[in-house]
Amino acid sequence: MVRTGAKILVESLVEQGVEHVFGLPGGAVIALFDELYEAPFKIVLVRHEQGAGHMADGYARATGKVGVCIATSGPGATNLVTAIATAYMDSIPIVAITGQVKTHLIGNDAFQEADVTGITRPATKHNYLVKDARELGRIVREAFHVASTGRPGPVLIDLPGDVTAQEVEGEIDTAMQLPGYRPSAGGHVRQIQKAAEAINDSERPVLYVGGGVITSNASDELRELARKANTPVTTTLMGLGTFPETESLSLGMLGMHGTVYANYAVTNCDLLIAVGARFDDRVTGKLDGFAPHARIIHVDIDPASIGKNIEVEIPVVGDAKKILGDLVGLVEHRQREEWLGQIEKWKRDFPLSYGLDGDVVKPQAVIEEIYKVTDGKALICTDVGQHQMWAAQYYLYTEPRTMLTSGGLGTMGFGLPASIGAQFGRSDKLVFLITSDGSLQMNIQEMCTAAGNKLPIKIALLNNGYLGMVRQWQELFFNRRYSHTYLGDKNPDFGKLAEAYGATGILVERMDQVRPALERAMEIDDGPVLMDFHTAPEENVFPMVPTGHAIDRMFSGLA
Amino acid sequence: MQKHIISALVVNRPGVLAHAAGLFSARGFNIDSLAVGETEQPEFSRMTIVIAGDEAILEQVRKQLDKLIDVVKVQDYSNVPHVERDLALIRVHTSVGRRSEILELVDIFRGRIVDVSRNDVMIELSGTEEKIEAMLDLLRPYGVREMVRTGRIALTRSARE
Ligand SMILES: Cc1ncc(C[n+]2csc(CCOP(=O)(O)OP(=O)(O)O)c2C)c(N)n1
Ligand SMILES: [Mg+2]
Repeated sequence: MVRTGAKILVESLVEQGVEHVFGLPGGAVIALFDELYEAPFKIVLVRHEQGAGHMADGYARATGKVGVCIATSGPGATNLVTAIATAYMDSIPIVAITGQVKTHLIGNDAFQEADVTGITRPATKHNYLVKDARELGRIVREAFHVASTGRPGPVLIDLPGDVTAQEVEGEIDTAMQLPGYRPSAGGHVRQIQKAAEAINDSERPVLYVGGGVITSNASDELRELARKANTPVTTTLMGLGTFPETESLSLGMLGMHGTVYANYAVTNCDLLIAVGARFDDRVTGKLDGFAPHARIIHVDIDPASIGKNIEVEIPVVGDAKKILGDLVGLVEHRQREEWLGQIEKWKRDFPLSYGLDGDVVKPQAVIEEIYKVTDGKALICTDVGQHQMWAAQYYLYTEPRTMLTSGGLGTMGFGLPASIGAQFGRSDKLVFLITSDGSLQMNIQEMCTAAGNKLPIKIALLNNGYLGMVRQWQELFFNRRYSHTYLGDKNPDFGKLAEAYGATGILVERMDQVRPALERAMEIDDGPVLMDFHTAPEENVFPMVPTGHAIDRMFSGLA
Repeated sequence: MQKHIISALVVNRPGVLAHAAGLFSARGFNIDSLAVGETEQPEFSRMTIVIAGDEAILEQVRKQLDKLIDVVKVQDYSNVPHVERDLALIRVHTSVGRRSEILELVDIFRGRIVDVSRNDVMIELSGTEEKIEAMLDLLRPYGVREMVRTGRIALTRSARE
């Protein structure tokens, strides 16, 4: 039996259970696309390779499976880089396949050659340049394994055109050869014991939970632990949904735009239990002021994350699901009336809040309405900016994998393609994209992909006419000098643009139109709907901790 | 600041060195020297890295290196009995009449002359970093014209019962 490299690749993808591949062809992958023409999985043709990367990412975040994207050599591959870096920062498993010039041309500055393994090395968990089609089966296996295990991340396979065409005879051994790869698993029994003792001894514990709990599918164990140990839970942006925000033990999000009560709880706790979180500077603010009175437990699968930014008393290296599960068996229920009472008081005294202003559409109100019409059950995707923070604050997340956002890299343009990937992966879910005028235009070409595939994605455009988050900083820290952040007078008519792409556009200019617009959008299920909410242009995100300050030094903007 | 020797066993694949080097620069680790070569098993290479830094930095270097997929094992030799060597090739100016002084030095340090011309000699010297530094100090007055060093390599001593 003789197979080409392209055929081996397709067979390997099938073996991995791939159902969707996002990509766009070109010279170096034309033979591969010829093989894909008959592949038993769906190829989603994008309009820009960055879109393909974010779709694979959104697909992975929504389903927990590995997302796959394909691009041609040179510009196709470099267009993927932002998406790969985005996935890397948030530890999302994707496999990116790029075409490469023929092996004998590599290094010759050939047409559409780029050193893609070199370019992506610092932004991938691992990458491969395939020199022989006989290695391809093994490499694809390794790529999926590495991408999805341990601390997940993107893996890139660079595939020269001649390797795709190479004919290979017979069966080949595809056993993985990864002697240097042994992701940590169980967690040290003694460390788990110590952690449980610390929890049982604690008067004022707080669980600080990040995206790692979503990755390890450990939400159930987390919930059990929090309830049994009677410990309040705050999450990072990436951890939203791990613990139901509708429960009284939930503190919502912490950090720069976190709730006052979450930040106060962390500042005053005597034990901080960090799980699958990495003490990012947007969370901790000034490090000396972060949980200054607390003993710290840090559960993480990545040993390098532990002790990187903050000194940890009880490190536990391993999979959160296993470790949290073990902890559930070891902790005692304690009343902690004083602590929980204090937290209730903070919640009453410092709730999230915003002001109403007659007919003016308030972005926070739009998100609250979205929460109501979707019964809190939507899968929310966001872009990056103020709208992202409002989406984090005003929608209450109750399930993991229902809040997809670019946390680590903060990539504007992530939202639309990610929502497309998510909708392909979860056709059963109501997918809502919350975006704004700056971000949406960074990958707006994918409206075509969404409409062409009749995806019923609801796009809530919180159109403030500004690169709002930057404008907010200019207002607060640069004397309102709005240097190059105003978009309003040059923005297109987004509703018409949506219509031009074959989607539905709805314009919303007054508060009383918000609810009807959402209800109308919910009725449309044969394609995307874009609701262009003209929102208060100079609304700010509060509370806010200015960079470099301790997280209990927040200002609310209302006082 | 204390210097540490880290030894990493890596899979012998293209890109490993670039990956490790990229990691050091991206994370701002200051490397004193880095030596790479094959081991007794052709599919593995050994990297010996000398780095100055405190305990926290060292810990990050170790962990980040260990995270690379092609890195099989990372060892810190700081508190482990080991042998370390550095190899230097040094070309020294030899003015008439002073050559024998230099030859004497080479002898004392157990180096070797590996190339001779009318005006200079090339010395091969291996040993600990201190030994090479000491030799260099003594040679400098004669005029060191060119020098190259491998950077440290190291291997643990076998355990003795
Ligand atoms: C690709 C990219 N470029 C620039 C930035 C810097 N940046 C962060 S938020 C922001 C403004 C976002 O504007 P918009 O999408 O309209 O959202 P808003 O803040 O108005 O809700 C900018 C420019 C970024 N995060 N990503
Ligand atoms: Mg905006």
